[in-house]
Amino acid sequence: MSVLISLAVPMIMALTGISAAVKGTEIFPALLDGAIEGLKTVRDMFPVLVVLFPAVYMLRASGALDKAAEILSPVLSLLGIPPQTASLALLRPVSGGTATAAAAEIIKSCGADSLTGRTAAVMLGSSETTFYVIAVYFGAAKIKKTRWTVPAALCADAAVFISSAWICRLLWG
Amino acid sequence: MLGILWTAMICTAILFSCANGTAVEVGNAALEGAQAAAELCISAGAIICLWCAVIELMRRCKIAQALARALKPVLKLLFPEAARYESILEPLSANVSANLLGLGNAATPMGIKAAKGMARLSHDGRASNELCRFAVLNTASIQLLPTNIAAIRAAEGASAPFDILPAVWISSLISVAVGLIASWLFARAAG
Repeated sequence: MSVLISLAVPMIMALTGISAAVKGTEIFPALLDGAIEGLKTVRDMFPVLVVLFPAVYMLRASGALDKAAEILSPVLSLLGIPPQTASLALLRPVSGGTATAAAAEIIKSCGADSLTGRTAAVMLGSSETTFYVIAVYFGAAKIKKTRWTVPAALCADAAVFISSAWICRLLWG
Repeated sequence: MLGILWTAMICTAILFSCANGTAVEVGNAALEGAQAAAELCISAGAIICLWCAVIELMRRCKIAQALARALKPVLKLLFPEAARYESILEPLSANVSANLLGLGNAATPMGIKAAKGMARLSHDGRASNELCRFAVLNTASIQLLPTNIAAIRAAEGASAPFDILPAVWISSLISVAVGLIASWLFARAAG
């Protein structure tokens, strides 16, 4: 299993290359164009993170995040969620950039291979910016009455945070 | 909205720094945060570029379309009403397959097209059960390879950045399942 996961990325690269070769797609120009696309993603990401990181770092340095974790920790530890990830769980549905900043801060300060660091990574990787997605889709479809979409989506978000914490504890606890 | 959140975060930090006597730390944190953001963008950026290169090759050899075709039977079960129209089922399956592969830029326009089609089926500006379910499905992330977070882990020195994959898959599956069950329960309660 672990060999498969270690080789997941190389295998996908190889399979994509082989299928492109079989179909006669030009491989190298596609790769370079894609990498340039990636550069645009990084360019768009850079200003967002540079603006949002200081806000998260200041919150951490001021002790506000520790205070929030302390207040929420009875509830969070009951659910099995590491209290340090409280900020991430609260920000995730609202803002993707801020959540990325919060997760990166947790991963840095707790360590990438620590249980809390892994939990933060899994939380970020298996959830979406709920309110943004809903706003984009319903805005485009010109729908004002979203009915039960928000509560149902928040149920799914809560499930992500709890299940991420439990799975990580099971695998690396 | 995001601007208010940003301002509120900074004001909270200032208030707490006065109460906790952490003024120096907070002052330094503003600069450290900007530096950390730049470091992360550079070290994670290369991995993101590499992945985008592979994704573009996938797009050009039409792997996403093949996956979309394979998904259609499942989506017919989830969205029976919308699936009757090929013009909705097509972007719907393209959206889900793009999401699975992590093609965010391709997923959103397809999703919007599907949402518009579904909105046309219900005429009163009220979201249909299926449209709500579709939005919930999109808010529950279903990415097979969360490369951005792996890039962040690699930048922060993880020994095997992708070893979180099984946990991400299980957690994503649970979130999709809970989202769909919650949608079903809410729809029943709404009648």
